[in-house]
Amino acid sequence: MSIKAVSAPREKGAPLLEIKNLRIEGFSDDKWHEIVRGIDITLRRGEVLGLIGESGAGKSTIGLAAMGYAKPGCRISSGSVSFDGIDLLAASESRRRALRGSRIAYVAQSAAASFNPAHRIIEQTIETQLAHNLDRRDKAEQGAVDLYRRLQLPNPEAIGRRYPHQVSGGQLQRAMTAMAMSCHPDLIIFDEPTTALDVTTQVEVLAAIRNIVDQFQTAAIYITHDLAVVAQMADRIMVLRYGRLVEEAPTRIMLKTPQEDYTRSLWAVRKLGRPDRPSAEPVLVVDNVTASYGSTIKVLENVNVRVPRGRTVAVVGESGSGKSTLARAIVGLLPPISGQIVFDGTPLPPALKQRGKETLRRIQLIYQMPDTALNPRQTVRDVIGRPLEFYRGLNGRECDRKVGELLRLIELDDHLIDRLPSELSGGQKQRICIARALAADPEIIICDEVTSALDQIVQEEILKLLMRLQQEMGVTYLFITHDIATVRAIADEVVVMHRGKVVEQGPKAEVLSPPHPAYTDLLLSSVPEMDPDWLTGVLTRRAEKGGLKAAGN
Amino acid sequence: MTTVEDHQLRTEDALPKARRTRLSLIRRALRSAPLSAWFGMIVIAAYVIVAIFAPWLAPYGEAQIFPEPYAPWGGQFVLGTDQLGRDMLTRLIYGARNTIGIALVTTLLSFAVGMSLGLLAAIYRGWIDQLLSRAVDVLMSIPLLIFALMLLSTFGSSVFNLIVIIAILDSTRVFRLSRAVAMNVVVMDFVEAARLRGERLGWIMRREILPNVMPPMIAEFGLRFCFVFLTISALSFLGVGIQPPTADWGSMVRENATLITYGDITPLLPAAAIALLTVAVNFVVDWFLHRTSGLKDEH
Repeated sequence: MSIKAVSAPREKGAPLLEIKNLRIEGFSDDKWHEIVRGIDITLRRGEVLGLIGESGAGKSTIGLAAMGYAKPGCRISSGSVSFDGIDLLAASESRRRALRGSRIAYVAQSAAASFNPAHRIIEQTIETQLAHNLDRRDKAEQGAVDLYRRLQLPNPEAIGRRYPHQVSGGQLQRAMTAMAMSCHPDLIIFDEPTTALDVTTQVEVLAAIRNIVDQFQTAAIYITHDLAVVAQMADRIMVLRYGRLVEEAPTRIMLKTPQEDYTRSLWAVRKLGRPDRPSAEPVLVVDNVTASYGSTIKVLENVNVRVPRGRTVAVVGESGSGKSTLARAIVGLLPPISGQIVFDGTPLPPALKQRGKETLRRIQLIYQMPDTALNPRQTVRDVIGRPLEFYRGLNGRECDRKVGELLRLIELDDHLIDRLPSELSGGQKQRICIARALAADPEIIICDEVTSALDQIVQEEILKLLMRLQQEMGVTYLFITHDIATVRAIADEVVVMHRGKVVEQGPKAEVLSPPHPAYTDLLLSSVPEMDPDWLTGVLTRRAEKGGLKAAGN
Repeated sequence: MTTVEDHQLRTEDALPKARRTRLSLIRRALRSAPLSAWFGMIVIAAYVIVAIFAPWLAPYGEAQIFPEPYAPWGGQFVLGTDQLGRDMLTRLIYGARNTIGIALVTTLLSFAVGMSLGLLAAIYRGWIDQLLSRAVDVLMSIPLLIFALMLLSTFGSSVFNLIVIIAILDSTRVFRLSRAVAMNVVVMDFVEAARLRGERLGWIMRREILPNVMPPMIAEFGLRFCFVFLTISALSFLGVGIQPPTADWGSMVRENATLITYGDITPLLPAAAIALLTVAVNFVVDWFLHRTSGLKDEH
């Protein structure tokens, strides 16, 4: 292959990208607002720079600006972006387009949304090469297959002939990395490439990205809000907030001795925890439940779960393990084929329609995405007030007073009562969803990935809120998540699910400490830690064991 | 875009913020309206005023006959008289009232029928959806004007029949659109949350789904109104629409068509009235669609 010939003449250490005093403005509410406020970046060849910060910090906007691009509704108001001596902001659009793809590449967060579903993967992988006339078709295809192999995609010769929906999310994300690498660019911008993936898949994508960046000596900007991930990938880290630089240092120094309070608060998130509590009599028992969509594939198979009153039971597993289906079966959206669900001593009718108002009130569900769980046309008053009116018959001023009380309970100001969801931040929206569930005064709340769409700092706040509410109101949680850090923080008991079956179940301390069944071990060891050597360690340990194949393949 | 919004929300949280009322939103939208939309709105407003105040604005009675048919413009009759000697200007003014009024009622009825069935189909899916959709396919496969002609000649062309027949034929288009838009809303978590709460179907339709399908439906309302209006005019021109002596623009064109051969443009006036209103409504709808569909260029 020609890869060596391409990568060999590169000189490591020469400056590649220089961004000076970059300012970007965004347009909303008929005004321009500054969203990036004077950022300087210097990136050398072969160096990986990590950009971290909560959402709204301007990370993605900076990433795009490094290609000389501003999203619709944004404009680069001042500063300079110079790539390998070329001033990207002054260059013509055609000049910039010639650079994009061939010398600067971009990997987006959601590969599923970035691939064209109507074309085969390999067509899209080599599209840039052909568009820039860099290679003949057959050579480009060979190169793509070689990249698939380096990225450890299964069956590299054939996988390119599939369509995007025929491969898994992790595989697609790796195919997108292959697409970015296909022209052997000097710089790749990774915009949260693993955020949407399961931990077990994330490890493989991270390892593949790191490998290939090393092999080709590509410089990279790695954007993420996950510290543990950036610790594995980056040589140097920049912490951003509100479009300004908070702190910048080489990775190891940054992890060991963060200087700023804000950085330390990011570090502190993962230290949330709770003391062990004794178990209690069960309020909800899932008894040998089997369920399926249609009639062919069983999504749940003989599942048994016991939820003690006033405690938190975490259900963990990767996507497709059936944990959300379990929630749907409990609330009655998916009546099980066999088995029963016993709530407070009495078996629940399987279907939603057969359940009475009182039963519905006592079991509440909070969704993963507050954006879709809240009606965009209803104000906070309507959203929280409706269950009060519906279940308790409150209305008028009394209802408003109670809504205000609930808002204060979830630590929001009551002047938000007239806001629409679009006028709230992600964390505030999730709090409103919690308040809607609390308004029904339930005995058990099923939390379906309630924190996974949120930033780490906001996640911690939501988890703290949920724990406080449990202490004050004695409500029981069934907490569905794929994030082991969350489990450590809040769970009393843990249920591990894999492919529709319960793999392991018991008190947190027992499940999270060895010996584990093989799958639990894979899941636990895949959770990134704040140690820059963690990924290397995990990979060597797995190589030694050899046997255990990760779920992504 | 999320980053922009998020950031802004945070900065705004610090300030006490007045509630954005519907009125202020409308005022802001009006300020940014393009010239074409203003033109459309003014024309529509003028038509509405003429339609409402017809008896006061018109110089003579709607069916008042004078001895001189086909009188020239000027003098006693500003726009002359028609084939029976009725004042043309008076007929034009009353025509606005009749034609627009009937078209509006018809469109409203067709939306009431089309949207409720469309939402039902989107919520229930399954056989209800199949039944309704296939029935609509059958109705749509027959050309609208010919079908309407046939039904009107069978049942007789009273105003009531006219409204019901056109409304039902037209509701097929409304059904298709509302079903498609509602499909996207029905799958949202907040609809499921309402079902889990135990809400009734009517509440879910009215409070959860309807507000979210309104913008495209309002735009469609404007367009459908134009089509209904044109259909009624066409039917009147063909003689099965609004019956004399009720003044109506479509039949006015037909009745005075012979004047064209003498180089008199009088029969074109009602036609121009129809055209102007159609253009005006379309200008407003275009602007509304542009605002709500996100097609606008943000720069």
